Amino acid sequence: MQHQLTRFTPRLALMGAIAAAALLSACGSSVKLDENAGKPAPISDASTKSSQADANANASSNVNQVVLTPKNDDALAGGLTRVIYFDFDSFVVKDEFSGAIDGHAKRLTANKGKKVIVEGHTDERGGREYNLALGQKRAEAVQKSLTLLGVSADQVEAVSFGEERPAVTGASEEAWAKNRRAEIKDR
Amino acid sequence: MSFSDSRRSACRGLLTGLALTAGGVALPLSSALAQFRVEISGVGATQIPVAIGRFRDESRSPAALSAIVQADLERSGLFKVLDASADRLDETSRPALPDWRSKGADALLAGSVTPLADGRFDVRYHLWDVLKGKDQGGLSLVVPAADLRQAAHRIADDIYEKLTGDRGVFATRIAYVSKSGGKHHLLVADSDGEGAQSPLTSPQPIISPAWAPDGRQLAYVSFETGKPVIVVQDVSSGRRRVVAGFKGSNSAPAWSPDGRQLAVTLSREGGSQLYLMGADGDGVKRLTQSGAIDTEAAWSPDGASIYFVSDRGGGPQIYRIAAGGGTPQRVTFSGAYNISPALSPDGKWMAYVSQVSGGYRVHLMDLASGAVKALTDTRDDESPSFAPNSRQVIYATRTQGREVLMTTTLDGRIKARLATNVADVREPVWGPYLQPRR
Repeated sequence: MQHQLTRFTPRLALMGAIAAAALLSACGSSVKLDENAGKPAPISDASTKSSQADANANASSNVNQVVLTPKNDDALAGGLTRVIYFDFDSFVVKDEFSGAIDGHAKRLTANKGKKVIVEGHTDERGGREYNLALGQKRAEAVQKSLTLLGVSADQVEAVSFGEERPAVTGASEEAWAKNRRAEIKDR
Repeated sequence: MSFSDSRRSACRGLLTGLALTAGGVALPLSSALAQFRVEISGVGATQIPVAIGRFRDESRSPAALSAIVQADLERSGLFKVLDASADRLDETSRPALPDWRSKGADALLAGSVTPLADGRFDVRYHLWDVLKGKDQGGLSLVVPAADLRQAAHRIADDIYEKLTGDRGVFATRIAYVSKSGGKHHLLVADSDGEGAQSPLTSPQPIISPAWAPDGRQLAYVSFETGKPVIVVQDVSSGRRRVVAGFKGSNSAPAWSPDGRQLAVTLSREGGSQLYLMGADGDGVKRLTQSGAIDTEAAWSPDGASIYFVSDRGGGPQIYRIAAGGGTPQRVTFSGAYNISPALSPDGKWMAYVSQVSGGYRVHLMDLASGAVKALTDTRDDESPSFAPNSRQVIYATRTQGREVLMTTTLDGRIKARLATNVADVREPVWGPYLQPRR
């Protein structure tokens, strides 16, 4: 896709740059600059730039905007929490993760072709198959949070690893807390 | 079933593009993985003294037959073995049984191993019931070298049955999972842990192995595709197929006693619910309808009911539902957390894991009365599974920081520990009888 960057029309450069970011599978669907400009971004300076984009829709500074936008998307994806932790015996997405859920929902509603898999996990205590089912509950809780925000159900698959893929080994409260989680991964 | 079939070259799994090793061959496991240490604790109320002599020409065969028979009988905790080697007996001898009576033996075993021109071995043995002064007869088994261990186990089974009245399980196999060096292995071994072979090696976890009733296939859950799917694998050929890879998670396979169906746990409609399907993966039919977790199906030996775990009442408890569907009945009432049901083939018992004082312990329920008791005093038990004669349960536990396999008699008195130094072993399942009833 790199060759597309040599073309200097703003829209195609925008598409090429997004493809080169390699984090979003924007399969050629054009991402309209003004749509992005309207959305609040987690990084404060991006919102400043977006109002400039409105005012300078056809100015050469749009190229700069284009270069910034993929970086913003990188920061968006990079800054977005992908791991959501759960309390013991709980399947409720805590308030502290609602910002992350929000961010993922926005990414996904902005690009209907994008898919994610949500992997649910438990700590090591208890039976393997029952823990597999508990992990599934956690994954589905995150999936539900996303679909409630408008993400289409076929963009999210909820699966479980139960206790089989701990993030941290050990039999301590700290380790257990780090393993009770759901992870959102791009497909 | 010929163990020598397993020496053919390995077959690649049907799931392509994945770094797996699946095969029916005896893959060269590090010897450490294959070396189980067996430690027995406890003895039977009475131990039957059996005199066993080295089989004539045993040293000319690759397997120490009399030693295997002795180890089998001792591991059951029901026998005390006396050494009869000095008398140089074989199956054609005519021992003076009163002499053996005065030596304290209740029974006497002697035999021979003769290599044949075609490379096979003729194993002959004879058993005398010293106590009854009776000749119990004997057999000739002609086997290839690879089946000599199995021949010894069959002899031990014959002695066990003639002297206790129960059918022996020495010539059966177990399957289990081991994890070492970041790799997961599905393993099949003799019931004494010897002769382990690895039908599957995977970089991703393997859980919930389940023997088909004919002992030829294993179903299990594999995470090789990035989520749990149910695979059925032919142990001898290594051929694999995914029978359940639906949206979401697929797990907890359980074969019906006739081998035609699998009960499985699927999340394809949300949550974890029980479904029935043909063993080929077709004809999927939902069995439970709850908003709770329903999982860990286990068939009754008559195929009429399915026991399973549900937390519809709050914590996980064991229920029973008719295989044709209906309203589940709760089965466990003591303790707040009861999982992993296993039904004895004689229909009398259910083994399961119950949380007790924060630990997890194998328990046994008398299905007729509902009475329950703990079978162990350890705290990290999982995966109980009955021997096909319903007299023992195999399970996994953790001792001294190491995951090990244990067997126990139903009274909890005689336990054997199968442990290796270098791998964690877990999720044992006891396979069916391999020989048809004589």
